[in-house]
Amino acid sequence: MAVAIGAHPSEVVFTASGTEADNLAIKGLAWAGAERGRRHVVTTNVEHPAVLESVAWLARHGFEVDLVPVRADGIVDPEAVAAAVRDDTAVVSVMVANNEVGAVNDLAAIADLIADREVPLHTDAVQAFATLDVRVGGIAALALSGHKFGAPQGVGVAFVRRGVPVDALVHGGGQERGLRSGTYATAQIAAFGAAVESAVADRVRLRDQARAQTDRLATRLLALDAVHRSGPADPAQRLASHLHLQVDGVDTEALTFALDHAGLAASGGAACGAGAVKASHVVEALDVRADAVLRLSVGWTTTDDDVDRAADVLVDAISRLRAGRPVVA
Amino acid sequence: MKVLAAMSGGVDSAVAAALLVEEGHDVTGVHLKLSDVPLDEQVPGQGCCTLDDASDARRAAQVLDIPFYVWDLSDRFLSEVQDPFAAAYADGITPNPCVTCNERVKYSALLDRARLLGFDALATGHHARLRTRGDASALLRATDLHKDQSYVLYMATSAQLAQTLLPVGELTKDGVRAHAAGLGLRVANKPESFDVCFIPSGDTAGYLAQHVDARSGEIVEVDGTVVGEHDGIWNFTVGQRRGLGLGSHERRFVVDVDATTNRVVVGPRQALACQWIEVDGFIWRGAGDPAGTPVRLQIRAHGSTVAARVTQIAAGLRVTVDEPIYGAARGQAAVLYDERDEVCLGGGRIIAAERPALPVAVTGAR
Repeated sequence: MAVAIGAHPSEVVFTASGTEADNLAIKGLAWAGAERGRRHVVTTNVEHPAVLESVAWLARHGFEVDLVPVRADGIVDPEAVAAAVRDDTAVVSVMVANNEVGAVNDLAAIADLIADREVPLHTDAVQAFATLDVRVGGIAALALSGHKFGAPQGVGVAFVRRGVPVDALVHGGGQERGLRSGTYATAQIAAFGAAVESAVADRVRLRDQARAQTDRLATRLLALDAVHRSGPADPAQRLASHLHLQVDGVDTEALTFALDHAGLAASGGAACGAGAVKASHVVEALDVRADAVLRLSVGWTTTDDDVDRAADVLVDAISRLRAGRPVVA
Repeated sequence: MKVLAAMSGGVDSAVAAALLVEEGHDVTGVHLKLSDVPLDEQVPGQGCCTLDDASDARRAAQVLDIPFYVWDLSDRFLSEVQDPFAAAYADGITPNPCVTCNERVKYSALLDRARLLGFDALATGHHARLRTRGDASALLRATDLHKDQSYVLYMATSAQLAQTLLPVGELTKDGVRAHAAGLGLRVANKPESFDVCFIPSGDTAGYLAQHVDARSGEIVEVDGTVVGEHDGIWNFTVGQRRGLGLGSHERRFVVDVDATTNRVVVGPRQALACQWIEVDGFIWRGAGDPAGTPVRLQIRAHGSTVAARVTQIAAGLRVTVDEPIYGAARGQAAVLYDERDEVCLGGGRIIAAERPALPVAVTGAR
């Protein structure tokens, strides 16, 4: 794990999830900062809930928070992040790539711009690691989740740079440099290690394949009327694995129902606890006005046949719903 | 038949879905997220649309081995049911949110979507029965008269009823619970909810206080004598006896809630008596002309019925009763049944009620 991101092994803390890794870094860095009088946090308005809710919790406990809005393509302007940093900023958190639209941020530029501010930069790299060569240069803390690249659910990693003060969330026997006490989940960690190894070895191939597959899917769908792709125009600024679409003339719930009925798992947003799909904060932040949004992604098990089948199902479902033809066979 | 079964998380709708599966239909379950009650205000087992209800519905669908979806109609519910609920009280009107929800959400948004997707019918767990002949469907009271919910379905059109299934209406409530227990559904003994679903605490006054501006005013007798003060007319509904805060030793009922004068009028029970009401949004599923058809009138969800007849007047429709009814509140549903008190023929929303001349001089107040 450490080799894969250019870290030292002692800087890798195994957690139960990417969410826990985000919590550890953000709260831990914030608390440690507060001990030096820093009670301000900077992040973006399209972060994963693991980040946004941690920050919201900090706000309820006396921290000031600045949510830097992203551009309409989902990327945050590095200058805007730097401009939000103050002398009392305890932590800056910007995701490598957005988990819904796949917009990839320029972390290196952000790190450069705030290098002289002595503010730790945290990044949620959960969505990016499978297809991007994520490195920790200039970064103080980073979160990963194993299930995104082949490990079983229930294991994540927090990279925490040595020398950067971080308070622990979980206290006890002092495992993981005292940052996360508790007996190691050795089976999960071993699986995580194996998954990292194969994910890194397979990364370039997967990225090229995913790019070809999402392009193929996009070509089929963008040929329909009133279907648009969200996110950056430049493919280099998009995750290869992600395709985020805006579809007019259909309802998100009806569309996802139709797709599910035809055997295609797709999401129109983030599911709440009850299982309903809410318009996501990312879609709202990007000011998307389409009747429906669809976030599609491919992974290392996706075949070209799967993609063609998905395109057939999508084109058929959208056409049927728009024409008022039944989708329940 | 391809049936979309609305599953609230309660025992009735779970058994409705189960009965349809047993009859061999192709059933898909859907749970509606209607009210966006914050998690920390949710009371498990009370109200609707809590996380517990959603997972109860999901578990029932798993036991029945049917596909299950959760659809978020909370925006629609807010604009069509919750906001009008508060607005009505502010206007001195007593709304029935279940009727509004059935009319504006279940029989419009949900049924429309079910049809759009290609389902043949929508099933719910309401206790009422349907008799379909050709294209026409008649709505009948439930087998279990104590649980009958035909009142809150009165507004369904014949065409809507023709695409509706109400499987539990043929069973008693005990029968429903026994059926659920037999299938191993854990909702078999789930307690019933009675309150307004989006106010799980049951504190309607508290809810209204948050949504309607408080404006104090006078409480007056029917003769205009000021007998007290209120801190918002929305705390009062016609027919109400408790919570008036009057020192009077005589029993007093709310007779009228007048938003234009911001007054609550109270009086003795006979001041509530009326011989006719006027309705709007009239729905009629009877065979002939409503005028001239002898009917029975029900003016509250679990009330009794009285013989009545419908007449056309300039302002709309009037329902006249032979013996006086008490406590007809504007906004409540006036539901009409056949002479045998079994078939629900339709009804409307009460927009006016006669107030009899009282044996006291009425001055000031109307």
